[in-house]
Amino acid sequence: MVLLPQYLLELKKIGYSYHSLQGETVALQDVSFGVENGEFVAIVGPSGCGKSTLLSIIAGLLSPEKGTIVVNNPDGTLHYPKVGYMLQRDHLFEWRTVYQNVILGLEINHQMTKERLDYVNQLLKDYDLETFRDKRPSELSGGMKQRAALIRTLALGPQLLLLDEPFSALDYQTRLMVSADICHLIRQTGKTMMIITHDLSEAISLADRVVILSSRPATVKKELPIHLTLQDDSPLAARYAPEFQDYFSQLWEVLTDENRD
Amino acid sequence: MKTEIKQTSADLANDQALSCQEEFLQDYQRHRRQVTVFRFLLFAAFLALWEISADAGWIDSFFFASPSRVLKCLAALWADRSLFFHVGITLLETVVSFLLVFLISIAVSTLLWYSARLSEILEPYMVILNSLPKSALAPLFIVWLGTGTPTIIVAGISVALFGSIISFYTGFQQVDPEKITLIYTLGGNKKDAFAKVVLPGSVPIMLSTMKVNIGLALVGVIIGEFLAARRGLGYLIIYGSQVFQLDKVITSVILLCIIAFAFYQALQGAERWIRRKRAL
Repeated sequence: MVLLPQYLLELKKIGYSYHSLQGETVALQDVSFGVENGEFVAIVGPSGCGKSTLLSIIAGLLSPEKGTIVVNNPDGTLHYPKVGYMLQRDHLFEWRTVYQNVILGLEINHQMTKERLDYVNQLLKDYDLETFRDKRPSELSGGMKQRAALIRTLALGPQLLLLDEPFSALDYQTRLMVSADICHLIRQTGKTMMIITHDLSEAISLADRVVILSSRPATVKKELPIHLTLQDDSPLAARYAPEFQDYFSQLWEVLTDENRD
Repeated sequence: MKTEIKQTSADLANDQALSCQEEFLQDYQRHRRQVTVFRFLLFAAFLALWEISADAGWIDSFFFASPSRVLKCLAALWADRSLFFHVGITLLETVVSFLLVFLISIAVSTLLWYSARLSEILEPYMVILNSLPKSALAPLFIVWLGTGTPTIIVAGISVALFGSIISFYTGFQQVDPEKITLIYTLGGNKKDAFAKVVLPGSVPIMLSTMKVNIGLALVGVIIGEFLAARRGLGYLIIYGSQVFQLDKVITSVILLCIIAFAFYQALQGAERWIRRKRAL
């Protein structure tokens, strides 16, 4: 008997179209894949293929026109997992201090309990933002802003984190460090993560599995499990792993495959 | 002038070995001082020319008054206690109009933001009401509301209101849609999006709109006082022109200049205070 993976969330034949007076644009067609509890999944695909739409559907911001999402919580309950969503930019509000920014979600959900605020304070300490809590976001570096945005997301205690090209606003050097840093911090929390990226190296170095989408209408072209042999746990270690280049070639081939025909 | 500045700064650099930064700061302060001095000189020159022309008979001081006649007129208004009465009335009416414009604008633009359908339906009406010359409505206000403070306040409101609503609403719409998405990803609803992002994000545009509004409210109040008042600076101007006391008219105009400047300064101060409070 084959042991099927136990998916926290399983997308089954998700379909979604955008409608305008000019006509219908099919963004997603029969998108099916799953994500295991605690797994990091990277979603790559040509730009404009509907990756963000897919994430919005998983986050519950859009409802799929076709298909279903099956929930399978580890504890056997059936409620939809709490989702935390990190957008492309940090969107910290300049009219709030760092602390007021990170508790924004708690404020909105009326969850300003001692327990939650203690957790936020602990995260601020752990992520070296303690001394910046009363500063304005503009006084933070790019990396610190992303950390603050992560705390804002984690404050509500999500099980599943969705990251929509979260580091694309950063310059390349900062981005290398910050993406490794943020994903390392998320790994420590033991949460499940799905990240959209158009950077293949980033996908390979961060994820346990890469899901490759086709161009519009997007559908799953291939799923590639990633196993890297890491020499050390430095942020760039994954990029020096012996398997890295091979994975990169495989992804590149699948992605460019359709451009040829 | 330019070469002079260059020479002095070069000399200073030689004598005291000033750093470039200090030199820059000195240049800047010199520039600020010059601007202030020229502003006062211009004012003094204007007053002097005015007075001399009137005394020498180049202009007829009956029609054009003169600084000394204005001062005499001010003294007379002070003596019969009507100065503060008229100025106070105009100030009060303007401030009330201004505050009501603010409240109504906030309420209406909030409603428009909440309902895209409503704003789409109302759009052509807003455009027409905004471009309509509001002075055309003043006679109607008199018939509807009589001659008195309510008419004048309504006139003040009518001039500023529609532009203010459109500015506020445009400001609300210009808020980054991703910031609104952020509120939804944190589990918020439309009300949270408005309270946490749209309203605080629109404070700068609201402040600049309010600076325009205070001037417009003053315009509306003066129009109202022209037509329907027995008090206020607008009334004083109309009355003065009808009885050919042009000193009174010109004095009132000067008082209006001072009022407009004071309002602008007050709002500028308020803006600075709010900006400081928001961004430590």
